[in-house]
Amino acid sequence: MEALPEAHHGLMNDPKIPSGNGLTPPDRGSNGGADGAIVEICTRFGNDKHRMLDILLAVQDRFRWISPEAMETIAEQTGQSRIQVEGVASFYHFLSQEPKGAITIRICDDIVDRYTGLADAVAAFEEELGIAMGTTSADGRFSLDYTPCIGMCDQAPAAMVNGVIFTRLTKQKARSIAAALREGASPEELISPQFEALSPYERATASVDNNILHAGEVLLGPVPQDAGLEKAAVLRSEQIIATVEASGLRGCGGAGFTSGAKWRFAAAEADPQKYVFCNADEGEPGTFKDRVLLTERADLVIEGMTIAARAIGAKEGLIYLRGEYAYLRDHLEDVLAKRRARGLLGSDILDKPGFDFDIRIQMGAGAYICGEEGALISSCEGLPGEPKTRPPFPVNRGYLGHPTVVNNVETFCHAARILDQGAQWFQSMGTEGSNGTKLFSISGDCRNPGIYELPYGMSVRDVLTLAGGSDAAAVLVGGPSGTMVGRDSFERLLSFDDLATAGAIVVFSGERNILEIVEYYLGFFVHESCGYCTPCRVGNVFLQKTIQKFREGNADSSDVAYLRDLASTIIETSRCGLGMTSPNPILSTLENFPLVYSATTKENEGGMKATFDIQAAISGARTIAKRRSYIFDKDFTQ
Amino acid sequence: MSEEPRKARIATASLAGCFGCHMAILDIDERLIDLMKLVDVDRSPLTDIKRFTRRCDIGIIEGGCCNEENVHVLQEFRRNCDVLVAIGQCAIMGGLPAMRNAIMHSDDPLRECLEEAYITGAYLRNTTHNVPNDPALPLILDKVYSCAEVVEIDHQIPGCAPEGDVIYDTLIKLLAGKFRGFERETIRFD
Repeated sequence: MEALPEAHHGLMNDPKIPSGNGLTPPDRGSNGGADGAIVEICTRFGNDKHRMLDILLAVQDRFRWISPEAMETIAEQTGQSRIQVEGVASFYHFLSQEPKGAITIRICDDIVDRYTGLADAVAAFEEELGIAMGTTSADGRFSLDYTPCIGMCDQAPAAMVNGVIFTRLTKQKARSIAAALREGASPEELISPQFEALSPYERATASVDNNILHAGEVLLGPVPQDAGLEKAAVLRSEQIIATVEASGLRGCGGAGFTSGAKWRFAAAEADPQKYVFCNADEGEPGTFKDRVLLTERADLVIEGMTIAARAIGAKEGLIYLRGEYAYLRDHLEDVLAKRRARGLLGSDILDKPGFDFDIRIQMGAGAYICGEEGALISSCEGLPGEPKTRPPFPVNRGYLGHPTVVNNVETFCHAARILDQGAQWFQSMGTEGSNGTKLFSISGDCRNPGIYELPYGMSVRDVLTLAGGSDAAAVLVGGPSGTMVGRDSFERLLSFDDLATAGAIVVFSGERNILEIVEYYLGFFVHESCGYCTPCRVGNVFLQKTIQKFREGNADSSDVAYLRDLASTIIETSRCGLGMTSPNPILSTLENFPLVYSATTKENEGGMKATFDIQAAISGARTIAKRRSYIFDKDFTQ
Repeated sequence: MSEEPRKARIATASLAGCFGCHMAILDIDERLIDLMKLVDVDRSPLTDIKRFTRRCDIGIIEGGCCNEENVHVLQEFRRNCDVLVAIGQCAIMGGLPAMRNAIMHSDDPLRECLEEAYITGAYLRNTTHNVPNDPALPLILDKVYSCAEVVEIDHQIPGCAPEGDVIYDTLIKLLAGKFRGFERETIRFD
């Protein structure tokens, strides 16, 4: 187990990281004071190895890459080996081991973006900047890269320019952004000419729309400020937990674990040092509800965390904010600061002696797997974001070996509202086993993509009616690790007992190619597998290759059996939730769209494989040998 | 009954293999005498019969397909045998010859493979500096295929090479119509 640091390891110590604005050319040499600057960065984070991700992000931001020399220096400063530093640096997509441009443009490559004009936007950037995707310009000013879903599916196609988000990219819009950047404008200026003068909240909403299309009773309707916290402050731990348990609240991040039980386990631990972590690493393609909560209900999120802290007896908390949401960071810091000033964070909260709690923000760096709670904790500890072996569970031994409650953004919001309005109020909404409301992020082929707060238990058809998805032929409920359903399943209900979801609903019309969608999502999982265990690292590649066979018309019925067999092996033997759900795009389409597979399957004749093409197999050799086959080319006319 | 029951007919072939699996067939030792009481060997390197004289009950295939002749032979076996058995790792997975399938990040992997093998390889002594191209040589395939990628295979006997005991037991059970796959203990490696 990780050696525990003495006393206090500075979770709260959070110096401000200056962000590159792209105006000044980056300092790219390893000499010329770079060494000193890196030492300075390490020192700013107390030379703490647990802050490795922050150190590397700061170095990346300043120098646009993590050079081998930088790794040596960081290793020396933090008392790690160089290979340990490289292990972290090479794990995260937003950390680079070759120089990136002063302005790094990451274009979202989600399937929804692909269906809404991604190719046009990419072509415009490439032409205007004169570089191809995946490359950096010779003068070091620009890099162009693809990145998986950045949580903007309701306003796709979208891109991140350094930390700034641009949405609804058309060919013209992309072209004018690229041209302005080339002329020396900063990304912030392009969002708003008076960007610096805007309030942090205005900055967060300057280029990203909330698209709240249906406000429900719990989260997006009127919410009295801190009413839940005020009530919780006069309750004992046991009473808070009992209330949350009675409400039936289940985790909103996907797994659906009973929140009250999670808090109870952590509260029962004797360890005086406990943590409350907010999982804002919303990475499931098609999900963007936490983005909206962090923008519009940041106070409620933090209120919920504070209540959780009181319930389990934690003094410190952390919001793990995905790197793609860096544009929300200033807004969240601002909300935290205001709450500290109002006595809602810090010591003696609401003048209750001993009610101490504060929160810092940990930035992620572009790794889907860090949404898994074990991986999230590893990431916060300064390690590669790999899941941990369970048990022990984080509620027993989590961050640095201490009991840690990790809940989703939405879960904390619900908890705060439950403390205000009572368990009965929440429990009466939704269905048995799925109480309350849920945020759904709906995108894809529908007229009204956006956020809908609805009670559990609505049918897929109801939701499609609301979102204007009348020509939907397939709906992906719960993102790629969820279920793909067809028209005959639109009466199924959105709840934990039927179609469970963390909120992502992606609508596909009949014009879309199901196998293309499946292959895309398999590619996503191949890209995001942390590589720790073989079934997930290798198995997903084989699944993707087999789907390619179907798309090329080279599959036969034995391949369907192979897909099922391999999928069940991956599910059974993977170490964490990624591998346990990554075959779902295949399994749910085999189940719900069997005709798609049978239509692309060839039947063998006389024992000969229909998928084997001798002419294709020998054409290369025929060219090299400059002669025909004496077996298979009977005469020259063939 | 006066007439003896018809003896089963067996055929064998070695495609892109090393003949090790055929050696393993001989490893069944003196039990060959028992086996020969039950079967006639038709087309096979063991009999040097080059063409099927009649339809066979069991075809045994060693090696995968690396050239067009391998494909041709394998297809003939499928046409002429009721049951086709792939024996050894090359027939089942492509085996060692399939290492060339790993040349995949090249614009022309086949040419690269041939040049490495005959012209540019570090330890070559090929005074002609040519890739062999006699008209009698079968054309090489774009990659090495396992037998199951070319024709339907009924049974597989894994191993490199499988033990003589395993081959013998499998054949005896097949002939008796009692083969139901392998117990895990028989085919594990450790």
